Amino acid sequence: MLTEQERHEIDEEVAAVRGHARAAVVEALKVVQRRRGWVSDDDLRDVAACLGMTPAEVDAVATFYNKIFRRRVGRHVLLICDSVSCWIVGYHALLEHLRARWGLELGATTADDRFTLLPVACLGLCEQAPAMLLDGELYGNLTPARLDAILATHE
Amino acid sequence: MPAIIIDGKEYRYEGEGRNLLEVCLSLGFAVPYFCWHPAMHAVGACRQCAVKVFTDETDTRGKIVMSCMTAAADGMRVAIHDPEVADFRARVIEWLMVNHPHDCAVCDEGGECHLQDMTVMTGHVSRRYRFDKRTYRNQELGPFVHHEMNRCIQCYRCVRFYRDYAGGRDLEVFGAHDHVYFGRFADGVLESPFSGNLVEVCPTGVFTDKVFKEQYARKWDLATAPSVCTLCGHGCNILPGARDGTLRRVRNRYHHAVNGYFICDRGRYGFQFVNSEFRVRTPLLRDGGTLRAASADEALARVRTVLAEGTVAGIGSPRASVEANYALRALVGAERFCHGLPEKEFTLLEALVALMRSARTPFPTLPEVERADAVIILGEDLANTAPRLELALRQAARIVPDELEAAALGVLPFDDAALRAATQGGTHPLFLAVTGATSLDAMATARCRAVPDELARLALAVAHRLDPSAPAVTDLGADAAALADRIADALRTAKRPLLICGASAGSPALIAAAGQLLRALDTAGTAPMLRVVAPACDSMGVALLGGISLEEAARADTLIILDSEQLSAAQVAGATHIICLDSLLTEIGERAEVVLPAATFAESGGTLVNSDGLAQRFFQVFVPEGDIRESWRWIAEILGQPWANLDALLAEIAAELPVFAPMREAAPPADYRLDGQKIPRQSPRCSGRTAMTAHVSVHEPVPPDDPDSPLAFSMEGASGQPPAPLVPRFWAPGWNSVQAVNTFQEEVGGPLREGVLCRVIVPAGSAPPAAPVPPAFVPREDALLILPAYHLFGSEPLSLLTPGIAALAPAPYLALHPADAARLGVTVGSMVTVTLGETALTLPVVPREDVPRGAGLLSVGLVETPDALPAWGAVRGGAHA
Amino acid sequence: MPDLREYAGAGGYAGLRAALKMTPTEVQGMVKAANLRGRGGAGFPTGVKWGAVPLGPAARRPKYLVVNADEMEPGVMKDRLLMEGNPHQLIEGIIIAAHAIEAEHAFIFIRLAYREAAERLRRAIAEATAHGYLGENILGSGFSLDIRVHRSAGRYICGEETALLNALEGKRPIPRAKPPFPQTVGLWGQPTVVNNVETLCNVPHILRNGPEWFRGLSRSADGGTKLYGASGRVRRPGAWELPMGTPLREILEAHAGGMEEGYQLRGLLPGGASTDFLTPAHLDLPMDFASVMGAGSRLGTGTIVVLDDRTCPVSLLISLEQFFARESCGWCTPCREGLPWVVRLLRALEDGDGRQEDIARLEEHTRLLGPGRTFCALAPGAMEPLQSALHYFREDFTRHVTERGCPWRKELVV
Ligand SMILES: Cc1cc2nc3c(=O)[nH]c(=O)nc-3n(C[C@H](O)[C@H](O)[C@H](O)COP(=O)(O)O)c2cc1C
Ligand code: SF4
Ligand code: FES
Repeated sequence: MLTEQERHEIDEEVAAVRGHARAAVVEALKVVQRRRGWVSDDDLRDVAACLGMTPAEVDAVATFYNKIFRRRVGRHVLLICDSVSCWIVGYHALLEHLRARWGLELGATTADDRFTLLPVACLGLCEQAPAMLLDGELYGNLTPARLDAILATHE
Repeated sequence: MPAIIIDGKEYRYEGEGRNLLEVCLSLGFAVPYFCWHPAMHAVGACRQCAVKVFTDETDTRGKIVMSCMTAAADGMRVAIHDPEVADFRARVIEWLMVNHPHDCAVCDEGGECHLQDMTVMTGHVSRRYRFDKRTYRNQELGPFVHHEMNRCIQCYRCVRFYRDYAGGRDLEVFGAHDHVYFGRFADGVLESPFSGNLVEVCPTGVFTDKVFKEQYARKWDLATAPSVCTLCGHGCNILPGARDGTLRRVRNRYHHAVNGYFICDRGRYGFQFVNSEFRVRTPLLRDGGTLRAASADEALARVRTVLAEGTVAGIGSPRASVEANYALRALVGAERFCHGLPEKEFTLLEALVALMRSARTPFPTLPEVERADAVIILGEDLANTAPRLELALRQAARIVPDELEAAALGVLPFDDAALRAATQGGTHPLFLAVTGATSLDAMATARCRAVPDELARLALAVAHRLDPSAPAVTDLGADAAALADRIADALRTAKRPLLICGASAGSPALIAAAGQLLRALDTAGTAPMLRVVAPACDSMGVALLGGISLEEAARADTLIILDSEQLSAAQVAGATHIICLDSLLTEIGERAEVVLPAATFAESGGTLVNSDGLAQRFFQVFVPEGDIRESWRWIAEILGQPWANLDALLAEIAAELPVFAPMREAAPPADYRLDGQKIPRQSPRCSGRTAMTAHVSVHEPVPPDDPDSPLAFSMEGASGQPPAPLVPRFWAPGWNSVQAVNTFQEEVGGPLREGVLCRVIVPAGSAPPAAPVPPAFVPREDALLILPAYHLFGSEPLSLLTPGIAALAPAPYLALHPADAARLGVTVGSMVTVTLGETALTLPVVPREDVPRGAGLLSVGLVETPDALPAWGAVRGGAHA
Repeated sequence: MPDLREYAGAGGYAGLRAALKMTPTEVQGMVKAANLRGRGGAGFPTGVKWGAVPLGPAARRPKYLVVNADEMEPGVMKDRLLMEGNPHQLIEGIIIAAHAIEAEHAFIFIRLAYREAAERLRRAIAEATAHGYLGENILGSGFSLDIRVHRSAGRYICGEETALLNALEGKRPIPRAKPPFPQTVGLWGQPTVVNNVETLCNVPHILRNGPEWFRGLSRSADGGTKLYGASGRVRRPGAWELPMGTPLREILEAHAGGMEEGYQLRGLLPGGASTDFLTPAHLDLPMDFASVMGAGSRLGTGTIVVLDDRTCPVSLLISLEQFFARESCGWCTPCREGLPWVVRLLRALEDGDGRQEDIARLEEHTRLLGPGRTFCALAPGAMEPLQSALHYFREDFTRHVTERGCPWRKELVV
């Protein structure tokens, strides 16, 4: 069940797209994801109802995007850039460090639900490669030490 | 005629604004394709249809283009057999095969798979991809369609048909890149009444026929013959396939003007009564209290005795062929022949015929319906009464820019995605004047939901606005008056307005009002098109045949009844002797003195007159086991063989009843020969015929003779393409799938070669019947006006014998407006008793906002209704389910 | 980031004031004369693009201007810097462009990762609206415009302008066929222009200083300056606004500080992941559309990715092609099925499972996924680095086969 607040936010998105309710679908999914971390089947049905769409229609869009999570994720989602610039300057080393020091595997969530690690395409932070997106925040110039410091603040 | 140069040779081609693929296919070139579909046009996704075009004769390099996304143009130079582009096409197949499971041997589509055909056509033979394939989980999609996603080649046709073309909203494409999935949000029954078309639309074995799967046979092992669906009045052309004495499946048989490429799920799956355990396979005779099997001679002797007793009446059937009805009429005499309908229902049919004859504009074919630019529907819930027409109206409602507009926008007239992007789901005016919610509501410009008399008043009000000499409706409410203004304006300004009216609301007043409206539109100078909806496959046939009413016939001592399943036992309760010509043992049959085993549509041939007044021939598909014969043949036996074969019977009908004279043209006569030979019902590859009878004899049996048609129960015979009405299967060298239909058309998407449109009801501009303005509807305190509500799955009795259809049919109900429910003190799920005449029905209540105040919608077909509806019914509530 | 006061104080919004005094056609004329070419990658002349939009009272309305701020091509970060650094410059460009095509609504389609940029833009839009630069009757000119920021949810294909329109409509962002071009059938079927962020950031300056001034900034035939960037093993990765046509060497050496200690330049992608490799032999090439094209590559986005001698080119291609395979929309066959095959072939080479014919298969794919054979430009773009790598680094591919695996990886192990 969506909360009053979520419903309200979705309604606002719908109002903002002036008569094209469907155009609010990505924002509506993000409204849900913002609080719940991911979009469950039940949430998706609720979103569909708000937009006058069928669940299939919403899911057709939701599953296209890679930052709408249709599966449960951990408390923090770490998207590590595996595109060229980062690949060249240290992606592999970071990945290895995440595995060795933090027990993070690509595509997996830690047993304590603390982190989900996913690969992501270029984050547009190439001049600060290697980079990652952690809970929506961009971090560049990563080194193992800097990574440790950042992750430590994410309980 | 423009010309095009293909592989160095010049060809003339037909048609402006067509794409290169259609032109090449129409010229007989084998250009492979997947995502393009002649009814759904091009999107350019699969890249299979690549050809090369050259700018001029000096251009030797050329450019690879997708033929489906390229407009053919006069003087264009094209190469199909250029090595570079031929290689590209083979590589496209290779890519599609990367994840395809190569499970042809166990795949239902094998042997009629477009992907197989295209693979062979492009010459891709050996596998170079050496890595893993991806796999998917399949979904459970309900009783009709089987899902096998691993075979998917992502042509997007399924969603384009289901969602874009048919308006379904529960099948979608999910995911991205090489992980796209076509299915539902979750397992569950596909909601669209056209879901079965996925089986034909899918070019490989992702969506296959689940019913067929239960007793599967390869395509080439099925005996097939051209047939016509008998499950509603529309008369879609079908290709039933039988093997080993059972009917296994029904597929669409392309007919440009009637059903195009698609049929509904009732038509596709509702055939299982043919194989029913309740079939009567030998004559049954009453001995004392029970029916026992008897020989034909014995039964016929008894029939003759019974017919000699007392007054006799013959009860025909709007679900039987013209020939069967006529034969019965010949047996009992015109004045003792009943058309099979209660007086009220027959009056409606007569009114429809009169309405059709009052038209001045030719009746629109299916493509013409699809191009209507303003539509008003009077009283029909089309998805449930004429589903194929509903699908056509979905296309009509959709705005498609005409060629000039498209050109101004830079849109290619065959680019489906661009057309949809340009029009953004915009719709033409579509007005619904109906008794409840319908599937077209979401597309409608405006709708009026009211009891039939009110709908008639609205139609008359519109007519008056278009033609002041038409009677005025003086006491119309403000809302209705405003709606009438809107409708009149939209129809007046339309270029191709279409009026749809039928019998299902049960209202002669509404049909009369439609006549007024049609005439008014004509007076207003709009050349209105008319499409009529009749309830059963031969309603119009019996309407033309005429006869006494069921009420009158039922007073006879002795009744001989065709297809008694359409009657209730109560309707014939007064008769002393009953003879049934039935394919199924019915309640009436159980009381009969003789039951003669009658052939179903699949075991017989004949002619049906559809809603549109078209006479269409259907042919026998297989020879049934037992003593089953065509009804008309049984009658011929009783009469001492007056007709040697169907043609002889047809000749007599034409001579006796000139209205039916054109009917003989519906198909070539039995002595027609193609290249001097009969046309085989079986494919030349038909296997295992000898094996099937090996326990009896190792010699292949002599195929039974077919005196009634130029078709043979054999795989031997002519191999060429027969005239359209005789096409028993769509096959051409290299084209084993249903897509072979391209090679049978005059041009792609057009009529079949040597097709016929044989009209027995024609627009004659005769005066429409007078349409007095009905008084405004006044709800009653003590009763509801009970109106019929139809269900695609449920309101047609024979198709209910298909288990999947029975499973999807709703439970009987009475729907009424919540305010009426409150007034009557009934709530959801509680039971009410509706008293109609003598009969009291107890039904669960469904409160629904869409039901007009003072009315009740009663599901028909699911409960036996004693009276023709609408009728006032006293409603008593209170009981609990 | 300058706020509105600072921006206006430094001459900001003067271009807009000038534009509002002109007719749309005159504004288009200025931009055409300036020879501004699109900075989104394809280099289409901006004024010409605008010129295809129907103008005047007979034109269908509403019309839309859509800003492409999706920027998901690997190696590209220039638009983020522009939006974070000076959002008002973009907003001014948007208003002028909207005026030039008589659009009443604008959308900024920005990728999800650019949260900071999106927030700055929203703030700047609010400021501009409060000061009468946006909203009803802008600066009393009678022209009205609103701007909405749409944040995407991650997919490179959304940057393809027609896929972007589908995305904005809430549909699956697969590309649309062209024709029809967005200028006639665009967002919700209405006339629409899609422009890149950087393209629009040039516009205020053209209006303020005139087309001659703009052309004069350039060291080549293409007008203006360009935001060049460099990433990879260079000393000072970053982005710099330089005259159009600045030679590669100057960008890499003077601005990016040359290669990092211990690394040699082996090759470079001049304008993002979907451009062909160039080599040290091309260092004197002026970075403008025609020159880079002449050298067999594309200027693309002008953001250079540097390949060093200690990175395996095959491995780098895995990253590149995996990106494209993952970001394929799944609509057309060659891209959807061909790219994953390419990735698997590259992986096989890298993992020691490669065969000689795999190289031929890769080469074959570069031909088969070329322009016109796929539905949109994603797959042809994906083939550019591969085809040039097969050309320039052929030896490395062969060694992967003959040495049964990646030579670089072995070095690492040692
Ligand atoms: C796969 C693909 C991705 C693209 N991504 C972007 C992008 O992120 N940003 C962009 O401005 N243009 C991108 N483009 C180019 C756009 O389609 C379009 O040409 C551009 O936005 C036009 O703007 P301009 O004329 O101002 O350059 C992409 C093109 C393709 C084929
Ligand atoms: S090339 Fe084809 S599959 Fe690839 S992104 Fe473009 S349209 Fe989609
Ligand atoms: S049929 Fe032309 S691209 Fe699919």
